Amino acid sequence: MGSPVQGAGGPAAGQSSAGTDAAAAPTRRGTELLLLGFAAFVVSAALMLVEANQEQQLTLRIFWYGLAFLGLFGVAHVAVRRFAPYADPLILPCVALLNGLGLVMIYRIDLAMTEKALRAGREINNDVPKQILWTTVALALFLAVLIVVKDHRTLTKYSYTFGLVGLVLLALPAFLPSVIAPTINGAKIWLKAGPFSLQPGEFAKILLLVFFAAFLVSKRDLFMAAGRRVLGVDLPRARDLGPVVFAWAVSLGVLVFQKDLGTSLLFFGTILVMLYVATERAVWVVLGLTLFVGGAIVAYNLFTHVQQRVANWFDPLATYADAGGGYQIAQALFGLGTGGVGGTGLGAGRPELVPLANTDFIAAAIGEELGFIGLAALLLVYTVLALRGMRSALAVRDTFGKLLGGGLSFLLIMQVFVVVGGVTKLIPMTGITAPFLSYGGSSLLANYVLIALLLRISDAARRPQTGARPRPVPQAPIAEAHTVMVERPT
Amino acid sequence: MNTPLRRVGLAMLGMIILLLANATYIQIIKADDYREDPRNQRVLLEEYSRERGKILARGANNQAQMLATVLPTNDRLRYLRQYTAGPTFAPVTGFYSVRYGAGGLERAEDEILNGSDDRLFVRRLSDLITGRDPRGGNIELTINPAAQTAAYDAMAKAGFAGSVVALNPKTGEILAMVSTPSYDPNTLSAHDGAAQEKAWKDYNADKRKPMLNRAISETYAPGSTFKLVIAAAALEDGKSKEDQVTSTDRLQVGGSELRNYNRGFCNGTPNGVTMEVALSLSCNTAFAQLAGDLGPGKVSEQAAAFGIGESDLAVPMRVEQSCIGPSTACMSVGDKAALMQTGIGQRDVRLSPLQNAQIVATIANGGERMRPQLVKSVLAPDLSEISRLDTDSLGRAMSRDAAGQLRDMMVASEAKTGGDGKRDGLTIASKTGTAETGNDPKNTPPFAWYVAFAPADDPKIAIAVVVESQDVAATGGKLSAAIGRATIAAALGGG
Repeated sequence: MGSPVQGAGGPAAGQSSAGTDAAAAPTRRGTELLLLGFAAFVVSAALMLVEANQEQQLTLRIFWYGLAFLGLFGVAHVAVRRFAPYADPLILPCVALLNGLGLVMIYRIDLAMTEKALRAGREINNDVPKQILWTTVALALFLAVLIVVKDHRTLTKYSYTFGLVGLVLLALPAFLPSVIAPTINGAKIWLKAGPFSLQPGEFAKILLLVFFAAFLVSKRDLFMAAGRRVLGVDLPRARDLGPVVFAWAVSLGVLVFQKDLGTSLLFFGTILVMLYVATERAVWVVLGLTLFVGGAIVAYNLFTHVQQRVANWFDPLATYADAGGGYQIAQALFGLGTGGVGGTGLGAGRPELVPLANTDFIAAAIGEELGFIGLAALLLVYTVLALRGMRSALAVRDTFGKLLGGGLSFLLIMQVFVVVGGVTKLIPMTGITAPFLSYGGSSLLANYVLIALLLRISDAARRPQTGARPRPVPQAPIAEAHTVMVERPT
Repeated sequence: MNTPLRRVGLAMLGMIILLLANATYIQIIKADDYREDPRNQRVLLEEYSRERGKILARGANNQAQMLATVLPTNDRLRYLRQYTAGPTFAPVTGFYSVRYGAGGLERAEDEILNGSDDRLFVRRLSDLITGRDPRGGNIELTINPAAQTAAYDAMAKAGFAGSVVALNPKTGEILAMVSTPSYDPNTLSAHDGAAQEKAWKDYNADKRKPMLNRAISETYAPGSTFKLVIAAAALEDGKSKEDQVTSTDRLQVGGSELRNYNRGFCNGTPNGVTMEVALSLSCNTAFAQLAGDLGPGKVSEQAAAFGIGESDLAVPMRVEQSCIGPSTACMSVGDKAALMQTGIGQRDVRLSPLQNAQIVATIANGGERMRPQLVKSVLAPDLSEISRLDTDSLGRAMSRDAAGQLRDMMVASEAKTGGDGKRDGLTIASKTGTAETGNDPKNTPPFAWYVAFAPADDPKIAIAVVVESQDVAATGGKLSAAIGRATIAAALGGG
């Protein structure tokens, strides 16, 4: 288990030494383009299978779709080439592959739903054109972030603004009347205006993350100050507990006022990890987990919907027929079980039997049609994506970049863990989207911003040092640093 | 800061590994539980939307005749199961209903027909790659459509309830398997749920039990046809067809009297007759006495050699066990009185029509019993052959010489049997039977049997006909013989 990370660390170390001989450093943009072509090929092949299985015919259209897809990401590639030439070459192709497979899956579920609606004599709106539109908008936003944020360190200047805006965005739906902030699927996290709906919380996550990274970097010394020693463990000082308590309070607020377990869990987990990375003290994690468990127990006792979720998690088959019961998870499990190792084949399964198949439960649809092999491959693509982000965080020279890169990478994996774990009954279902796969504009936009920031950090990490800029002094090992900063409470 | 970052990286890997382990558990270890959960509609929908294999039989000139096919439809189930001449072949094909599942061969060979059988695996794989919808395999039956149709038409036209089973004595192939009254499996495979439900309820409410496959799922007292088993036991015991047996007009059996059908002496003489004459005239006293003399051991042994008492026979549909004793002790006969009544096929003797056909087929085949089988070959969706019927000998029930003698006795019996359908130039070996049924046998219509094989010197078909007659005075000769002969004629004429 240790070797991949060491492997990720190894080349990073190699790169910093390669960085010394300036212009010789390869940009690896060719690799990126090649991999993008490969992603386009995989996505076209997937689309072809869907067409073959669903429509029983193949048309030349698929070829054009494939080209259009490649064109779209070709633009992104050119932008990366122009604005972040040293960015990691694997990140964008991974995203393209996930996004493309998501589109294929949404299209595939559209076909099934249309057929269902036709039989019932109804008409429904397909989701895939909207998602294609969202993808285009998201890529535009991706470009904008790459262009505007020339250096990720400039973000620290606006950190408090980001924090405030993030908080407001997060809280907004809870306090707005339900005319514009309706409750959908039990959660009050949407803003709706006409045909458009947004989940401001998705953006708030990233803004708050940037804020926390900047905040922790500036106040890092404080958190590393040791508090009272209890049973051989250095406890933090009471007044330094602020950020943890704040994060805990915010996530609890999200849970209580918006009934959004997923975002709550995601937010709290990410902040905890960033706190740990910043201070290098596991006690924060222990403390945070204690708070989390406490909060979870309180929430379980207070809210019936939390109890229901837990009951559905323990045995979805037992609560199958209950209102708000395990029907959905049971259907997902049936789909996953039917898919088995190899899956039913793209377009040959019945993923539409699972409610919300194209959003929260898209992992179940993939597990059904592509089987365990497909699901595992998908998880590994996410892993590659997040580990490349983590590797950039390791290689980048400034602490803010490290913290932000680490936080963003962890946020990505945490999302995957929460949604896939929920769908496969590893943890209680909390209802968030799978990054880049699920239908939904907000999540897509936010995650593209996340990727743009990661690319920016990786570009900084791999960019060869120019002579003008003095090489930063290597980070002093944290273990030494905190011996210097010891301060006893009075 | 790199050390904690690396640890977080490890934690991320740990999370993914947890997800993978859990997915392995769900999709590999628990997969079958979830797949087979009755609330999981996927398998059912998948199965019904797959192009189910055909059931076919080859008639004259090796012409394939489709018994069950599918018709593409526009609805959710995509294919409608259709049966040509549904009621005629219903006991053979069974039915396939979305709501009520499958029955008969449709159920017994479901894995082949729906394409999930392992023998179709390679083809499924290629279907997966080529993107073509997987299709089910086809089943070719041993049925002779002409014989089946002739038998069904003869039974149905006369309005009889009963069954006709025809076998190829040399191979055990089932040439005809008729049960009347029958049902139309097309009504059960209809995609209209209400029509399906109505048909199902009507068939099940019908007192004449149209969905009962009398050929293999019902047993009847064999009456005088069981004398063949006693005769076989006697021949095996060293007797010959020329040996004398009693011709008395009455036998004291337990507390009652056992008499001949005509209430007189056998062949009009009190001085004994040959076994051949006794069989050809179906004299009850002679065979009751013979059975009594042979003893329970030999009778039971001979019955078992013919396959009676076999409880695990499948053709591939399961065949109801035939017995000579009560259901609690299938192969044991009680006291001497019971043994004597058994000798004339009464008391507790119950044979399925298929069992009785097996007995004559064994005699026709020189004493060697062949496993009855309905499936001639399993064909892949592209009609290439996957497996073919393997004739299977179930052992020798009697010596070739004894079988020859018994055949001669049956030829003599046919000569004494009336009824329509006799044909010049065709020697049939047969035996009739009129089995008393119910608690008041004199006033309850009997089961009329006719078992036969033809041509006698080179048997190509062995047949058992049973009619649950409505007429108290009915005998096997009058009713069943004509149906049996018509079936034989159809089978031989076509073959």
